[in-house]
Amino acid sequence: MSLAARVVVRRGSLQLDVELTVADGEVLAVLGPNGAGKSTVLRVLAGLLPPDGGRVVVDGDQVWDSPEEHRPAHERSLGMVFQDHLLFPHLSVTDNVAFGLRTRGVRRADARATAGDWLARVSLTGLGDRRPGQLSGGQAQRAALARALVGEPRVLLLDEPLSALDARTRLTVRAELHRHLTDYAGSAVLVTHDPVDAMALATRVVVVEDGRVVQAGTPAEVARRPRTDYVARLVGLVLLAGTAAGTTVELDGGGTVAVAEDVAGPVFVAVRPESVALYLSRPAGSPRNVWPLRLVAATPHGSVVRCDLAGEVALTADVTATSFAELGLARGAEVWASVKASEVAVYPR
Amino acid sequence: MPAPLLVPALLGVAFLVLPLLGLLVRAPWSEIGPQLARPGVGEALRLSLVSATLATAVSLVLGVPLAWVLARSQLRGRSVLRALVTVPLVLPPVVGGVALFLVLGRQGIVGGWLYEATGFSLPFTTAAVVIAEAFVAMPFLVISVEGALRAADARFEDAAATLGADRWTTFRRVTLPLVAPGVAAGAVLCWARALGEFGATITFAGNFPGTTQTMPLAVYLTLQRDPEAAIVLSLVLLGVSLATLLLLRDRWLGRGAVR
Repeated sequence: MSLAARVVVRRGSLQLDVELTVADGEVLAVLGPNGAGKSTVLRVLAGLLPPDGGRVVVDGDQVWDSPEEHRPAHERSLGMVFQDHLLFPHLSVTDNVAFGLRTRGVRRADARATAGDWLARVSLTGLGDRRPGQLSGGQAQRAALARALVGEPRVLLLDEPLSALDARTRLTVRAELHRHLTDYAGSAVLVTHDPVDAMALATRVVVVEDGRVVQAGTPAEVARRPRTDYVARLVGLVLLAGTAAGTTVELDGGGTVAVAEDVAGPVFVAVRPESVALYLSRPAGSPRNVWPLRLVAATPHGSVVRCDLAGEVALTADVTATSFAELGLARGAEVWASVKASEVAVYPR
Repeated sequence: MPAPLLVPALLGVAFLVLPLLGLLVRAPWSEIGPQLARPGVGEALRLSLVSATLATAVSLVLGVPLAWVLARSQLRGRSVLRALVTVPLVLPPVVGGVALFLVLGRQGIVGGWLYEATGFSLPFTTAAVVIAEAFVAMPFLVISVEGALRAADARFEDAAATLGADRWTTFRRVTLPLVAPGVAAGAVLCWARALGEFGATITFAGNFPGTTQTMPLAVYLTLQRDPEAAIVLSLVLLGVSLATLLLLRDRWLGRGAVR
C-alpha cells in the first residue's frame, strides 16, 4: 500500500503545489505554519475537495484524483481524524465507531461487535454507550481514532489530531497514537504545526510554507539541519545563510562566522541558542566568534531567558535566569556574544 | 428606563394582549360544552386538524429536501430560488388562492389536464384545503429548516463522507438527526400557520361544511349568525395556538431564545 500525490489548488491567495509520497507503514508529517495549505492538502487527499491539478494515486494503480477523474470521499478507502474529533453527537460512541462499517454494508450486530473490539484497543472499554459529549477530550480523540481505523483503510489522514487537547492529555494521547500508528499497515499522513508531534510520530517530514514544500527528510535531519527560518524556529535553532570558504562563512546579511568544518559554497549555519554566551565586556582569550550586539527582547522560556540580539549578526541566546540577573541586562543594552566554532553546525544550501 | 421607549412598549403589549383578554372575558363559559357539541363544530375542528396535519406532512416531504438544496447544494441561482420560495410568505393568501385556482382549477393549466385525464376536479375538495394550506405554510418550514442546516456544522458531513457514506446516507444518518430540532420547530410553525389559514382556503377550496369548512371559516361565518358560538370556536383556536407556543417555548421564550 502506498500513496503518491501531487496536489495543486489555487484559491484566492493560496497557491498550493505540493508533491508527496507515503510508503507502506510510513507516517508522513506535513509540518507548516497556519495558512500554509496543509489542511487543504489533507482535504484533497480525502476527496472532500477536488484539486485544480495534479494526481492522487494509491497502490500505483488506483487513481483517486487526476485531471480526468475525481473519486468522491465515500468511495475512497480512508480514515480521517479531525482536530476536534467530530464524533456524531446524536450517536453513541459504539455507533460512532461502527458507522464506517455500517455504511459499507456490515450487519449491525457485527459492526457493533467490531466497534467494541476497537474501543477496547483504544482503552475505552465500557464507555461505548455514552454520547460523545460525555467523554473527555482525550477519550473523544481516541474514539475518533478507533472510528477512523475500524474499516482498515489504506490511507489514514490525521488533521492536527492533538492540538485541541490540553498539555497533559496530549502526552498520553500522543503516546497511544504512536502505538497505533506503528501497528498501522497503510499510509498515514499527519498534518500538524507542532514539531513535537512530527518528531514523535512521523517517519518522514515535509515542511510546507506558502503552498510549497520547502524541506523534506527524516525528523532527525529536519531538526538538525533546518532550511528555513520557520523550521529553525520550530526546532529552536538560529539559522543564518552565507557563503563558506575554508572554515569561515561570510554571512549574506553581513558579518562572518567561524566553523569547525572545512566547507565551500553556499551554506546554512545553525546555532543553538544555549551555546551562545553573553558578556558585558569583550571576553578574554581569543574566541573566533565574538560580536558586539544589542539586546532587543528578553522573554522567560522555561528555566532560561531567551535573549533576542541584533547587530552584525542576528542571534538568539538562552541564558540561565541567574546569569541574566547577574549581567543586569535591560532592553537596548550592549553585550558581547560568543559561540565556539565547534558548536556551530554548517551544511550546504 | 427612558419614557419614550417604555410608554410605546407598554402600549404595544396592551395592543397585543387586550383583544385576547376581551375574548376570554366575553366567553360564555357555561355555554362552552353545549356549543362545542353542536353539529358542525366537531366536524370543522376535525377537518382543520386533519388538513393542517396533512399540509404539514406535504410540507415536510417537499420542504426539507428543498431546504437542503438551498442550504447545501452548489446550485447556481440559489438566492433567486430562495426568493421565489418565500414569496407565499408575503403574498396575501387570497391572491395565493386565486393563483392556485387558476393553475389547478378545472380550466387551469395543470388542473385542466388533470380533469381531462381523470375526471377529477381539485377545487372545493378537502384535497384543495390541504393544497391551499401547504402553499401558504410550507415557506415557514423551509426557512426554519434551512436556518437549522446553515447553523449545523457541515464538517460532520465531511466526517461521514470519509467513513464511506454517500450524500443520501449522510443526509439520513447525520444531517437530518443533527437538524431534527429545527425540523420539529419548523413543522410546528407550519402546522399552526396551516391551521389558521383562511384566505387561500376559502378562495381555492370554498366553504362546504364537512369537506372544506375549516375552523377559521366556521368562525367567520358563525360570527354573522351567532356571535356567542363564534367566540367559543375562537377560544378553541386560541387554545390550540397557546399549546403550539408551549411546544416551542424552549426555542423562543425564556433565556434559551438566543441560539
